[in-house]
Amino acid sequence: MERVIITGKTIEEALSRGLEELNTTEDKVEYRVLEEAQSGFLGLIGRKDAKLELIKKVDKKEKAKEFLEELLEEMDLNLAVEIIQDNNEKDALLNITGDDLAIIIGHRGKTLDSLQYLTNLAVNKGKEDYLRVALDAEGYRGRRKETLENLALKMANKAKKTGRKVMLEPMPPQERKVIHAILHNKSDINTYSVGKEPYRKVVIVKE
Amino acid sequence: MKEVLRTIVKHIVDNPEEILINQKEEGQSTILELKVAADDMGKVIGKGGRVAKAIRTVIGAAATKTDKHVSVKIVD
Repeated sequence: MERVIITGKTIEEALSRGLEELNTTEDKVEYRVLEEAQSGFLGLIGRKDAKLELIKKVDKKEKAKEFLEELLEEMDLNLAVEIIQDNNEKDALLNITGDDLAIIIGHRGKTLDSLQYLTNLAVNKGKEDYLRVALDAEGYRGRRKETLENLALKMANKAKKTGRKVMLEPMPPQERKVIHAILHNKSDINTYSVGKEPYRKVVIVKE
Repeated sequence: MKEVLRTIVKHIVDNPEEILINQKEEGQSTILELKVAADDMGKVIGKGGRVAKAIRTVIGAAATKTDKHVSVKIVD
């Protein structure tokens, strides 16, 4: 965390000098007045400068990016991280790109999910204002969603034709949600989940 | 591999200066023994071992470029 203690003839002056020193803007710092300015007698005797303490706020999205970059470099993977900017304070989406994408995605996204979970822990350690971090790898999430939706429709047809329950393989909550969502408006199909995490799976049945 | 583990753990625990990692080689496998402050044990294991599992998955991915199998043991 970067901080400076700075003085100026007025609070405003001290603040603007401090911002210059930290090379940042007012919305990214917190400040505390240590001493008020005193104009003194005729502006000559007993005049005192204002003293401020400026602390640069940590941008959690930046922190998530730095954490991932440090980790990917230690892992010796040729990958870059970018923050997909939006104006939302509570959610962050980061995209990973590069040659070693397959390694970081892992089998059915298992490594990407683990990395996402650890990034959330690292960024939100002991701090308020929870930031939910989502990771993507060159559109992997979108492609996976499409695959799951196709699977869901195919299995719904199978359930209709055979009249039997179709049980899918175990999936994490976000993936089960995709299955439930796409089949939600099918009037002749019902879906529910059985089992305990992480082996919980979706069951598709004919109504 | 030791440094990968340290990078993850130091961002999760409250006492990063108390992290100890001991690396052992046994034939084709590398064993990383992780020790953290008693107060931080829960943080590296997590509810139902969720954090430990995520750490092992990421370490496993880091090991794919080497020809070794890497396992993480949390010791107290």
